[in-house]
Amino acid sequence: MAQKAIREYDAKSILAKHWDKYFPNFTYAYETVMVQNGSELTAIAKDKKWLSEKALVAKPDMLFGKRGKNGLVLFRDTKPGDVSLAKATSWIDEKSSTPQSVYFSFDGDTPTGEAKTDMLTHFVVEPFTPHAQEEEYYISATCVGDNDMLYMSAEGGMEVEEGWDEKVTEVAFAITDTEEEIAAKIKANIPADVAATDKEKFANFAIGFFKAYRELNFAYLEINPFVMQGTKIELLDMVAKLDDTAGFMMKEEWGDVDYPTSFGMEEKSPEVLAIEDADSKSGASLKLTILKPEARIWTMVAGGGASVVYADTIADLAGIDDLANYGEYSGGPTTSETKFYADTLIDLMTRIPDKQGREKILIIGGAIANFTDVAKTFTGIIQSFETYAEKMKEHKVKTYVRRGGPNYEKGLKDIKEAADRLGLYIEVYGPETHVTDIVRMALAK
Amino acid sequence: MAKLYTKDTQAIFWNNNTTAIQRMLDYDYTIQRKKPSVAAIVAPTSGNKFEKFFYGPDEIMIPLYKTTAAAKAAQPQADVLLNFASFRTAYDVTMEALEIGGFSSMMITAEGIPERLARAMNATAREKNVTVIGPATVGAIAPGAFKIANIGGTIENIVQSKLHRAGSCGLVTRSGGLFNELSNIIAINADGIAEGVAIGGDRFVGSVFIDNLLRMEENPEVKYMILLGEVGGTEEYKVIEAVKSGKIKKPIIAWCIGTIAKYYDSGVQFGHAGASANGDMETAEAKNNAMAAVGIHVPASFNDLPLMIKKVFTELNLPAIPEPAMSLCPSVRKSKEFICTISDDRGDECTYAGFPISSLATPETGKGIGDVVSLLWFKKQYPKWATDFIETVIKTVADHGPAVSGAHNAKVTARAGKSVVESLVTGLLTIGPRFGGAIDGAAEYFKYADDNKLTPAEFLNHMKKEGVPIPGIGHRIKSLKNPDLRVEGLKKYAAAHFPSTSLLDYALTVEQLTTSKKENLILNVDGTIGILMVDMWRALGYSEEEINEFIASGTLNSFFILGRTIGFIGHVLDEKRLAMPMYRHPMSDILYDVQEAEKI
Repeated sequence: MAQKAIREYDAKSILAKHWDKYFPNFTYAYETVMVQNGSELTAIAKDKKWLSEKALVAKPDMLFGKRGKNGLVLFRDTKPGDVSLAKATSWIDEKSSTPQSVYFSFDGDTPTGEAKTDMLTHFVVEPFTPHAQEEEYYISATCVGDNDMLYMSAEGGMEVEEGWDEKVTEVAFAITDTEEEIAAKIKANIPADVAATDKEKFANFAIGFFKAYRELNFAYLEINPFVMQGTKIELLDMVAKLDDTAGFMMKEEWGDVDYPTSFGMEEKSPEVLAIEDADSKSGASLKLTILKPEARIWTMVAGGGASVVYADTIADLAGIDDLANYGEYSGGPTTSETKFYADTLIDLMTRIPDKQGREKILIIGGAIANFTDVAKTFTGIIQSFETYAEKMKEHKVKTYVRRGGPNYEKGLKDIKEAADRLGLYIEVYGPETHVTDIVRMALAK
Repeated sequence: MAKLYTKDTQAIFWNNNTTAIQRMLDYDYTIQRKKPSVAAIVAPTSGNKFEKFFYGPDEIMIPLYKTTAAAKAAQPQADVLLNFASFRTAYDVTMEALEIGGFSSMMITAEGIPERLARAMNATAREKNVTVIGPATVGAIAPGAFKIANIGGTIENIVQSKLHRAGSCGLVTRSGGLFNELSNIIAINADGIAEGVAIGGDRFVGSVFIDNLLRMEENPEVKYMILLGEVGGTEEYKVIEAVKSGKIKKPIIAWCIGTIAKYYDSGVQFGHAGASANGDMETAEAKNNAMAAVGIHVPASFNDLPLMIKKVFTELNLPAIPEPAMSLCPSVRKSKEFICTISDDRGDECTYAGFPISSLATPETGKGIGDVVSLLWFKKQYPKWATDFIETVIKTVADHGPAVSGAHNAKVTARAGKSVVESLVTGLLTIGPRFGGAIDGAAEYFKYADDNKLTPAEFLNHMKKEGVPIPGIGHRIKSLKNPDLRVEGLKKYAAAHFPSTSLLDYALTVEQLTTSKKENLILNVDGTIGILMVDMWRALGYSEEEINEFIASGTLNSFFILGRTIGFIGHVLDEKRLAMPMYRHPMSDILYDVQEAEKI
């Protein structure tokens, strides 16, 4: 996936790093720290005096919003703006010690939908910024269709989503727009509600913001709200996504940024992580997602498009309860890469017996390859069969193969011979059989 | 442009991807194209000038260039760019080619070009009316005309999937991997495809479904279209609009894959980077329903797609497509060890650069040795003023008496009883930087000075710094007042017959300066020959780069070797005739200065 969400702390750090380039007429104190627990905060406070000197705000930094409504923003002890370092420390320790439930949508203040429960592991701590409501603004930018969009509002804060049409001014930019054209468009579209005396200043900030969004390869960038006091800016809340395909040319600009998994998402299994690792080191493509490890249908499909049609067909014909995984291998993997991929998959599918005692189904599918040598990749699968033959028999694995492309006759012949020699159930088909028809055949038995 | 490619389409292939290029050429040979579909290869880091490929059982050479600009300048008719650069450089390559101009379409294979760059590249191409296929694609094919790289797979699969000749389907897919599969399904259930494009899997691709379908609507070979879409994006809705408004009238069969995505939250990425639904409208199901609602033929599932194709195709009741003749690529081919590009003895009569020997051997053909040299050395028939000049040079340098070191060596060897060839090569081996080398050097240095617009004074300064006397300047006894008549002859001929003599004109201004310092520092015969050769090549239209290569490869020296061989043979035969005894140099002519060896 090209667009990846980053932490609020990283988003602020990236803007702070390039602040003078994009916002030369404004100042930003960049007083923000990210910690995983209270003692880390105490340790950092030795270097950063403001943590002991100022009233603080603390909140989790884990890619989810609505933190206020979830009661996860600490800004008051007995009254707003009185949070001390000690209080922040104890609050972070408290919130990070037990799993927390988080709702992602609200109707007014009432949560809707299901909550997700997970541990809170990352927090940002910042100074409490006293300010008037009129000093809060909203700004964001993203790409819609072929255009970049800039959204601006004189009203910041979490309420902006309610009443979007009335409050938010939208401006569209073609990718080929010049800096002059961009500046002119922004100046012509400053929200009417921005005070007349602040319009020029706001435009100045918005132009810098949009330039930063473009040049730093953000896919999404939102500050809601930012506070403008004279030429002093505070970034109270930020959401950002980066286009990670630009990573190779943004190493310096982005610094050390990580792409956390979203809150409540299951931790990736070691097998999935191992495949990801192998994928990153290979010129070929290896992808694996575990959907339901106890399910009985496993797919090992070559090619991105084919892997989708196999998943579609299994969902159509068997339902998704039977589908254990989604994944693909493509782009001419080597024999040993294919063996590793097959090993991982067959190992996973032979761990939990089917609850109803049914046979397990392994779909080794694929379209007609453009350039991948089928016999070569199948050699890797055969080697994996040799390792796992006993376990495959134990779990009554029935294998269905369908593939075409360079050297496919040899590949199909080899895998059939190997399965027969090892006493494994196998059915083998070539391009004369419709690509997904083996799913129907496997389910018909 | 109703058709993306024709049987005359030629491409510039960026990156020397020999396997993919060979697949294209195998296809070309199979469908009996007149010219290979790849006209040039851009290989920025290669030092080679060409790459050998098989064309059927034979081998051909495809020229290599270091830059797209050079490739395009040399092959202006090639209007397709196949950009096989990596995701790091694909953008720069595309933008440069758009800047150069003259391309009607570009295909970009890299996956994961930064989105902002991909968008800028696609928008620029659209402004310039250039069709972009990709990024992240396996390409496109116009069966029977032109095939990009690996699309269609092996030649066996191509024939099996009827991709060797135009059928009647226009095929557009997002997935490159399923493209072959669709071609196969269409071959089994209908009569093959007329044009097929895999638009690419990245979120931002150049030409989208609608661009390709609108073109196919105009293509008379296309009778119906198949669209294979994917979950994510809203491109299919543009097609729906075009069907509704009547812009597209030909039947369309369509399916969006990724119907499974609705069962899972956005954490599971099915398929390509572009395949992620933002909102209900972008789900595969919504798109399939919306397409069906406007009368597009949508099957119940991907598994039922073949039946739908068969149904729509049968109802069209099209005449059968005749099977064209094909050539068969041999399965075993051997690469040739040697290449010859100047003469060919395989026919009835041996030819020199295409000219039968009989057409230039005898006097009535009007051809002389200068013509033979121009054909065998330069693969071109030079005009008469140039071949006459070559002959003048050969005659001028044929001999310079017995005392020069080369002739002397030949004579000494002949007197030692050696054969003509042994004696001759002894003389020839003397030719080098000091003997005969002034022709090379004069051409090189004077051209350098002229190219860099050095004034004569600056040139002299430059040579002083280099620490070498100017080659081609100076004579033992001759001066401006007592000129070398050979030089006068050459100059007179050039003045009368050369279209222009820019380098000689420059050299003469240098001579004015050198002779003002010392009388005998005149432009000598070696210098005049070297300089006039450059003028000849300039007048014949060679680029400065080509001329520099002639000089660097020793072509000028070759004229001296050729001419002086005549003289050396004369001296050797002279010795044989005179039956002179073995030569021993008189000891009185040698200074002996040998010290007694030290003991260790």
